[in-house]
Parts: sequence; C-alpha cells; structure tokens
Amino acid sequence: MRPVVRQVAVRLGGALLVVWGAASCAFLVLQLVPGDPVRAVVGANALVDAGQREEIRHHYGLDRPLPVQYVTYLGHLLTGDLGDSYQLQQPVSGVLAQQLRPTAELALYATLLAVLLAVVVTVATSGRARWPRRLSAVVELVVVSTPSFWLGIMLLTLFSFRLGWLPVSDSGDVRSLVLPVITLALPIAAVLTQVMREGLLDALRSPFVLTARARGLTEPAVRSRHALRHAALPALTLAGWFTGTLLSGAVVVENVFARSGIGRVTLQAVTSRDLPLVQGVVALSAVVFVAVGTVVELLCLAVDPRLRGATGVKAA
Amino acid sequence: MSVSPAPRTGPPAGRATEARTTRRPPVSVLLAAAALSLVLLAALVPGLFAHTSATDTDPLQALRPPGSGHWFGTDELGRDVFARIVHGTRYSLAIGAAATGAGVAIAVLWGLAAALSGRLGDTLLMRAADVLLALPGLLLALLVVLITGKGVAGATIAVAFGTAPGFARVVRAQALVVRRSGYVEAAVGLGVQRPLIILRHVLPNTLGPLLVLATVTLGASISTGAALSYLGLGAQPPTPEWGAMLTEGQGFLQQAWWIALFPGLLLVGTVLAVTVLGRYAQNRAEWRAAS
Repeated sequence: MRPVVRQVAVRLGGALLVVWGAASCAFLVLQLVPGDPVRAVVGANALVDAGQREEIRHHYGLDRPLPVQYVTYLGHLLTGDLGDSYQLQQPVSGVLAQQLRPTAELALYATLLAVLLAVVVTVATSGRARWPRRLSAVVELVVVSTPSFWLGIMLLTLFSFRLGWLPVSDSGDVRSLVLPVITLALPIAAVLTQVMREGLLDALRSPFVLTARARGLTEPAVRSRHALRHAALPALTLAGWFTGTLLSGAVVVENVFARSGIGRVTLQAVTSRDLPLVQGVVALSAVVFVAVGTVVELLCLAVDPRLRGATGVKAA
Repeated sequence: MSVSPAPRTGPPAGRATEARTTRRPPVSVLLAAAALSLVLLAALVPGLFAHTSATDTDPLQALRPPGSGHWFGTDELGRDVFARIVHGTRYSLAIGAAATGAGVAIAVLWGLAAALSGRLGDTLLMRAADVLLALPGLLLALLVVLITGKGVAGATIAVAFGTAPGFARVVRAQALVVRRSGYVEAAVGLGVQRPLIILRHVLPNTLGPLLVLATVTLGASISTGAALSYLGLGAQPPTPEWGAMLTEGQGFLQQAWWIALFPGLLLVGTVLAVTVLGRYAQNRAEWRAAS
C-alpha cells in the first residue's frame, strides 16, 4: 500500500506545483504590464481625480506592497476567489463559470469527432495497399498546415454564405455548433492520425499480432482489439499538447464564429487589459491541464495492463 | 573548429525504406523548395510580382471579383488583393522566421544554463519550462503581448516565447549528453578554460537537433504569428499582413469571398512547403544519427 500512497502524494504535489507556478507566472507577467491599471478599470478617456484614483487602487488592493499582494492573491486563489474583473465589474470566478459551458461543449464534441475520425482513418488505411495510406498522409499534411482561423472562415463562406445550410453565428441551436466543432477537430484529428498510424504499423509487426492471427482471429479483430490498443498509447501521451491545442483553438474558433466562451473572454481580457480576468484564465487552464494529465494517466493504465504492475517489469 | 559529429557513411543495409534508398530528395521536397523560393523572392523583391501598390485605394474599383485586371480581385477600398498578398509576404514570413530565431536564442541560453549550472539551478529552470509548457501556446503568446503591446514586434516576441520552453528542454537534454562526451572530457583534461569549452565544444554540438526541431516548428510559428495578427494583436491595418487581411476579408464573406480566400491559400501553401522541408531535414538527421 505504501508505494501507492507515496506515488499519489508525489503526483498531487507535482500537480499543485504546476498550478502554483502558473499562477505565480501570471502574477509576475501582470506586474510587468506597462501602464496604470486604473486606466484599465475606468477606461482611457475617463477623467478621475487623484482621490478617486486612490479609492480605485485601494478597492483592488493595488496600494499594498507587492509581496502582500502576492500572498493575498495566492490565499484567495486557494479559496477559489479570483478577484473582480476590471471591465465586467463582477467576480472573475462567476464570469469563468458562466463561459465554461459553451467552451466545454465545443471542446467535448471536437474531441469526440477528432478521436472518431482518427480511429476510423487509421484503421481504414492500415491495410496492405499503400495508396490509401499515402493519400491520407497528404491530406493530413495539408490539414495540419491549415491555420484554423482560415479553415473556419472558408467553412463559413461555403456552408453558411454560399449554400445557406448552416447558421452564420451562434443561434443557440445545435446546428450552429457544427462548423466550430469541425474547425476545432480537423487539425487535431490529423495529428492524432499521424501518431496512431505509426503506432498501429509498429504494433502490426509485433509478435503478439502474429499470435493473434495464428489463433485464427479475423483481420478486423486483430486490428481493432489488439493492435489499436497499442497505437492508442502514444496518442494518449499527447494529451498535454491536446488540451493546450483545444484551448488555443477555442480562442481562435470562438472569435471566428462569434461564439461566447472562455476563448472569447480571454481575448477580450487581453485587449482591454482586464488583469484579474487574465489571471483567472491562466489559473483555470493550468488546473484543466493538470486534471487532464491525471485522467490520461489513469486511461493509460486501463489501456495497457503492463503499466499496472508496481514492479516495473515489462512483459514483451 | 569544433569536433565534427558522427562521420557520414552510406545507408546501412536492410534499413532502406522508400525515401532512404535514393540520395536525391523526393519530388514533394523539390516542389516545396521551389514554392518557398518563390515566396522568399516575393518577400525580398515584391516589385517583381506586383506592379501596383498594396495600400493605394480606388473606390471605383471596390469589391471587383477576380478577373483579368485584378487576378485575385479587389477589396472594399478597391485595393488589389494580389498586390496586397505579395507585399504582405515579408511580414508574415518575417514574424515566423524572426520568432523562431529569437526562440532558438532564448532556448540556447536557457537550456545551457540549466545543463551547466548546479542541480538547484537545473531544477528551477526546467520546472519553469514545465510550467510554461503547461499553458496553451496561444495563451502564453497573449500574455507576452500584454507586456509588449500589439504590433509586429510584439507578436514576434510573443511567438518566440511560445516556442522557447520546448526548445530549451531539447538544448538541455543534448547539452547533458555532450557534457559527458569524450571530447569534452579530453578538453577538460587538456586544461581548456570552461567558457571556451562551452563555446567551442558544447554549443556547436548542441545546436544540431535544435535547428532540426526549429525547422519543423517554423511552419507553426508562421501560422501562430498570422493568428495573432488575425486576432488584431499583430500587424495592424493597413499593413497587408496575411492574417490581418483575413480579418478585413471576414467582414465581406457574403459579397466578396476572394478577399479572405487568397491570403489564406498563400498562408497554407507557405506553411505546407516549410513543413515538408522541415520533415525532410528531420528524416535526414534521424537517418544520419542511425547510420
């Protein structure tokens, strides 16, 4: 039991360290932002006298020494209090909670679509014939090289403006999710396919596949039940990159399609110098990164029984 | 000069696959090289391709579709889209290339400092890289833009800081290997001064894998730079940067699809060419390392 407890403690400590590091990084970066934060609060054109200025600084705790500000900030962070937004005049945690739903929806569907596409394409092109693989490799390369904002604009032009099949902006129904999800999913699917194909081809050459074939399993069964599991592992280790891409992608996609969500709020916060909101977004994405990392580690255990043994002995 | 890396020999028998059997680069690589040369030429001497100005407006010619007079049509102010794309090449390329260069420079300092300082320094520097890698690349770039302000320079620095942590890890890993190598030990034994060893032995032999990685990342950096401009944080109008042109074109998708189509096509083509070349360089480097 002891090694397990230790392992969990180490993992938890590492996770906390990352979140603390990201939060501190955000704090540090925002100290370096030039200009008076009061202007970000009241707007560039507002006339405020010295007294009001002091009052605003006091309200946001900006008049206290930096170390005090830092410690207060970390303390508030522990209790989930991210401070008040300069622009929206409401708690940052409330703003983020409100915007999390549409982004989570978008990210979830995009992930499902990307994984589905990657699995189908990988399995379908893993046969003897070379040309499907080559064709798919070319398509993947083109998709990977296509910036998502342009992909989104082109999909909008074709399906919303030319053909009129799908709504132009977020109208609240499911149809307005179709194009953003495709835009977010395609580049991820292309990278996943590249990684999984390499894994699958490796797996198909390994002895256990020969054994499975010798046992008389059909080719689809060999591929989906045995080889695909192997191919999934390297893809799963990409999860960190994957979360980051989803969040970066959300910033772009939500702006292309004028959808509300974390990505849109992030850009607004940056352009309007809404520093507490920026800090909140950084903290949130660090927490998501750490959470996804943990879930993926568990998934790896589920996919690969060899990782479950604590002895570290790897059977071939 | 420096100690040369592993000697070049022919491909080992039995390892030869399609791309490795011939010494000549495949057609795709030649095509990519040709395309990239054209793009580079357009960036250096735009006048060679476009005879009209990128910023002169002509209300009478507004929103003309692609045709004989204007190959790629005109935008809402009557500016020739083709001329704008040609003149914009340098901005789009420069942001990506300069950012990659700056990223490499930051990473070399960062990675070498980590590998050559004591255990505490190494831990601190690499933990910092881990934390930055935990943040989405675009978010990191946005944080940097907050400090630098928007514009071409700001976007370039932002993209550079987005790539640096990943590069720094590669530098550190490679520097740790090089530090324990025979030729560095020999240099130490000969009593060569430490800064000289770092400069003449560790640095050159660390750069190889980093430069390959940087080539592969260059395409993504061009893309991220254009994304920042698209989001309004990079090149500002009326600069004909490709990403910024897409923002302007997005307002006219209903009437004039060509304003947004062509800059994007060029962007995809450029990134594609760079990626093909980068992967070719990577494969060659791997093959050389394996032989």
